[in-house]
Amino acid sequence: MSDELLVYPRRDYGMDHDRYGWSMLQDRPPVAWPGGKPLALWINLSLQHFPLSGEKPSVAPPGALTMPYPDLRHYTLRDYGNRVGIYRLLKLMEHYQAAPSLAISGALAERYPQLLERLAKTSSEWLGHGWNMLSMHAGEIDPQIETEWIHNTRTALEAFTDQPIVGWLSPGRIQSANTPELLVKNGFRYQCDWVNDELPYTFRTSEGDMTCLPSSLELDDVFVLTQNLHSEDSFAQQVMDAADLLINEGREQGGRLLSLNFHPWLVGQPHRIRTVREILQALLVERGDDIWHASPSQIIEAAQA
Amino acid sequence: MSGTTQHAELALYDYNPYERRPKIEWPNGARMAFWVAPNIEFYELNPPLNPHRKPWPHPYPAVPGYSIRDYGNRVGHHRQMAVLDKYGVRGSISLSAALCEHHPEIIALCAERNWEFFSHGIYNTRYTYGLSEDQEREMIEDAMATIERAVGQRPAGYLAPALSHSNHTIDLFAEAGGLYTCDLFHDDQPTWVKTRSGKPFVSIPYSLELNDTIAYVVQKMEPRRYGEIIRRAFDQLYEEGAESGTVMCIPTHNYQVSCPHRLRAFEEALEYITGHSDVWVTTGREIAEYSLTHLKDQIGSNAEASA
Repeated sequence: MSDELLVYPRRDYGMDHDRYGWSMLQDRPPVAWPGGKPLALWINLSLQHFPLSGEKPSVAPPGALTMPYPDLRHYTLRDYGNRVGIYRLLKLMEHYQAAPSLAISGALAERYPQLLERLAKTSSEWLGHGWNMLSMHAGEIDPQIETEWIHNTRTALEAFTDQPIVGWLSPGRIQSANTPELLVKNGFRYQCDWVNDELPYTFRTSEGDMTCLPSSLELDDVFVLTQNLHSEDSFAQQVMDAADLLINEGREQGGRLLSLNFHPWLVGQPHRIRTVREILQALLVERGDDIWHASPSQIIEAAQA
Repeated sequence: MSGTTQHAELALYDYNPYERRPKIEWPNGARMAFWVAPNIEFYELNPPLNPHRKPWPHPYPAVPGYSIRDYGNRVGHHRQMAVLDKYGVRGSISLSAALCEHHPEIIALCAERNWEFFSHGIYNTRYTYGLSEDQEREMIEDAMATIERAVGQRPAGYLAPALSHSNHTIDLFAEAGGLYTCDLFHDDQPTWVKTRSGKPFVSIPYSLELNDTIAYVVQKMEPRRYGEIIRRAFDQLYEEGAESGTVMCIPTHNYQVSCPHRLRAFEEALEYITGHSDVWVTTGREIAEYSLTHLKDQIGSNAEASA
């Protein structure tokens, strides 16, 4: 076997790449959230379009269609989220006066303008979420194609809202080696794919710095319910356990962040929506005194103040 | 048998039925030796490709896998350390030796707590597979020397990187001055291991079944259930320990057990275990040294010294 396996070119202080510096959360200057709250809460809803046909990408995102064409069962189950689930979630969010951010497939702007018009009436911050769930920013994807996806997503969403689209969540939280540079080139100021921290931090690209605001994968509804196959009750309990730990730590060590990502096609189902209600009740009502519920841009701004 | 290659059967230990063994007694009459083994690992974003095993399921850059492991070091480590401090447990660290160079802050925090550091290779993205015997010896020695330079003590234990082994792994580690292995899962008590040098060498139980990554990633357990299986394992081994001393280990990872939605289950299990009397809360090295000094007969050293 070649000696390359025993050669270590980046075996030195810090990380083994140049994307960000090394530091431990507990060693950094404490973050103070508005009102002295120990915990910031970021809720995101991911609105996704899974095409019925199209070339399969090198990496499939969670929820991808799996059956031979036409995979009506998965296509329609995902489409359910954009027809039914999202409206159930919006009603619940409005009841709790919650303002989730919305990560949206650009293709939805073309397919369902009514949906985008409805979303524009909320006070939510929008994030680009890729063109659709086949447009995976993965592996050896051609940078020209990636640029088009990013540009088209931004343009399509901005046709429905006055807010600039500056945040990005990649489908499946997967990136190619070029994604961060292409995002910065196309006006994006933060991305949420690297789940290596609990607070926003500076992410370097050759086009200039951006922010990474980590979107927790471990408490993502699709991860917990469809990959781990945990019960809905366990999901709610895990969220509450996380909140309690982070509130305690936030009181002692400085502001902490809890990020939750919900998918309308999954938790918008009638047997799961009550779990979202329980989570909102537990966080925004029962723990409301300790929680600052805010948008991604507000959280980034406060963390970097 | 794989292809046309005849692989040797391992002859590391003798068969020894769990009933009617000579009694093991732990220090101060404890019926169980309990240790926690936090794996503190560094996974490379872009390691050279070993043809025997892919480091990541995703193409470069493997953001999901890499970033959650980095999370463990950036966020999770402190959290797990605080819980172990609270219950008076010194960690026995399964250490990617290169972490001494990448993240010396973590090494310093553990060293000032008198935790044990044992070798877990250089990186968890560098496998034993395909290495020649000389190359593996070089890798084992590099890891031992790197840890010794960083903490002032040569490691006593080995868990091969990413549980990747060769037929020589245990022989080579014993020859490098090691005392114990965590790579064998055949028993709940220490076992004398026969190596070609005949040096005193012991296998210390390091439970793969209670390993948080196996529980959470392979078994996909709900966090509270993980806490429950730890307590059940403890109850059984504690009961049996009245007849002859047992060993219980909880192997952890700072990117699994320390996540905010999981730490509580682990903490409750630790509280339960450390709330019992007659439990020797210790380290892997202390169990190995005690076994090799005081329990030679009980653990099978009178078997043939070399295989």
